[in-house]
Amino acid sequence: MADKSSSNAYWKANIKTIQLFLVIWFVVSFGFGILLRPMLAGIKIGGTDLGFWFAQQGSILVFLVLIFAYAARMNKLDREHGVEE
Amino acid sequence: MDQFTLNLLVVGATFVLYIGIAIWARAGTTSEFYAAGRGVHPVVNGMATGADWMSAASFISMAGLIAFGGYDTSVYLMGWTGGYVLLAMLLAPYLRKFGKFTVPEFIGDRFYSQTARTVAVVCLIIASITYVIGQMTGVGVAFSRFLEVSNTTGLFIGAAIVFLYAVLGGMKGITYTQVAQYVVLIIAYTIPAIFISLQLTGNPIPGLGLFSTDVNSGAPILSTLNDTVEALGFKSYTGQHDTTLNMFLFTMTLMIGTAGLPHVIVRFFTVPRVADARSSAGWALVFIALLYLTAPAVGAMARLNLVKTFYPNGVDQPAVEMTAIENDQNLAWVRNWAKTGLLSFDDKNGDGRIEYNAGDGNELSVNRDIITLANPEIANLPGWVIALVAAGGLAAALSTAAGLLMAISSAVSHDLIKSQINPNISEKGELLAARISMAVAIAVATYLGLNPPGFAAQTVALAFGLAASSIFPALMMGIFSKKINNTGAVAGMLVGLTTTLVYIFLHKGWFFIPDTNTFTDANPMILSIKSTSFGVIGAVLNFATAFLVSNATKETPEDIQELVESIRVPKGAGAAVDH
Repeated sequence: MADKSSSNAYWKANIKTIQLFLVIWFVVSFGFGILLRPMLAGIKIGGTDLGFWFAQQGSILVFLVLIFAYAARMNKLDREHGVEE
Repeated sequence: MDQFTLNLLVVGATFVLYIGIAIWARAGTTSEFYAAGRGVHPVVNGMATGADWMSAASFISMAGLIAFGGYDTSVYLMGWTGGYVLLAMLLAPYLRKFGKFTVPEFIGDRFYSQTARTVAVVCLIIASITYVIGQMTGVGVAFSRFLEVSNTTGLFIGAAIVFLYAVLGGMKGITYTQVAQYVVLIIAYTIPAIFISLQLTGNPIPGLGLFSTDVNSGAPILSTLNDTVEALGFKSYTGQHDTTLNMFLFTMTLMIGTAGLPHVIVRFFTVPRVADARSSAGWALVFIALLYLTAPAVGAMARLNLVKTFYPNGVDQPAVEMTAIENDQNLAWVRNWAKTGLLSFDDKNGDGRIEYNAGDGNELSVNRDIITLANPEIANLPGWVIALVAAGGLAAALSTAAGLLMAISSAVSHDLIKSQINPNISEKGELLAARISMAVAIAVATYLGLNPPGFAAQTVALAFGLAASSIFPALMMGIFSKKINNTGAVAGMLVGLTTTLVYIFLHKGWFFIPDTNTFTDANPMILSIKSTSFGVIGAVLNFATAFLVSNATKETPEDIQELVESIRVPKGAGAAVDH
């Protein structure tokens, strides 16, 4: 069992990472795709606007990047805090 | 060779493949039956998760909903992919570390309560059966078309095949079969999309073709589509017509529902290490995104081709003649789909033409669930492509139905019977109980599938709402909070599930029986919140109840707090332990 203080620091770092990634997750989908779409209406792309693209494709591409970035970041944190398998 | 024979051959060949794999990998022990012995590589697991995840809703139904709903239906695209981010960060690695077989097992152990485990089983069964109803709808559509029978007959044939198929193999069989099914379904989805994108835009990548120029009009595809549908009185394709509130809640419901669906979560129990659980979610989304980035193109282009079929000389010219629909070879698809009852036309004004528009003079009715399957026929693609799409649709529906039935049967046999009713049950008896519960679930879903609460994807969306309101909050609180205790979790799940279920039944009919509803989704009970969007509100009520009740009742015991600490770090994750 890893000692308590290193586990706590690991968990705090994990929570911080999750918070940051969830902000990005929210902004590209709920933000650009829905709530902020009217503001992005001026940016045209292929017969429509940027918000439409984010709602139908852009958000999915960002989700992909987010998961792999999280996996990589956590692998690093696992090693740094000595809690890897 | 005629289309019917070709369909039978291609669909038959894929079935032989799946059943062959299922027999080859037939589950021997209960550990293999549930979790494939935990030896599945993340990429393979991701692909199988993709097949498990992409059901009749994604393959058969979603592009059709997009075709008719345009921008508003982006909620499905974002909702059914964004949940993987939540899974990867909030649930998958910790549940893998916990190292048990089923979702109710985690909830029962973390909340140190058999009641919590039983409530989780109930939530799981209700969400999963609703999900299977959606699959049955899709299977019915696919079988009715390729066997050229009525929709109801197609549904019964589909139910029989799902039963045989799910009962044959366990998870291990299913994991490898699902890899094969993923390959079949992604090829079947992509090939016609590439053909159609080339025809309309010259771009071989459908996802890019969607934002390219229409080779006929010289304008971008999406502006051509807007002009075309608006000329017929329909709402613009790229405009927002749903309320922002409903779109927001709907997307959130689908996302947290994704992270709360037991048949998806259970996939992450089967990877060797905690780190693999994180990357596995990423690989799953890679394989899912291949279809999801193509789907909006399929929808938009199908809508354009559909209109062109009925207005071959442009929307400002007279519509297609009745005699052409009855005789022309390239309109055979209209006649074939008319046989299933899912498409109908009627020359009401007797002008010898079939008009298609948003007004009272409309003479064509198209079930949205047929769009993906009819798409290659509408675009006059070769016969083998049409047969391939039928095979792909069935692969999608079968793989998901099998995964869900797996989750239902393990919940009943493992979490209910073995842990509570009869702990001394033999392995053989446990497998038998698992199979009986599968059969019952199929029978219920088939019966309700005869009068489904909506198109396949809409029914499936209801299942997500139920999972979102009950299972997701319990799992998340179990990992991220040490405070939530047994009473709090049980109260939370019950409140979340009940409020969501009642809201759905008030709009879709009690137990989905038609005409027993008080409200409709067109005119919902609260603001503009449709029944499919309520899950997130149920989830918030679940969280709030759990916090309030936990604060008022006895603190979580020391050993459970330690359990929570231990699942938060990967170190020490071993093979699964059964108890």
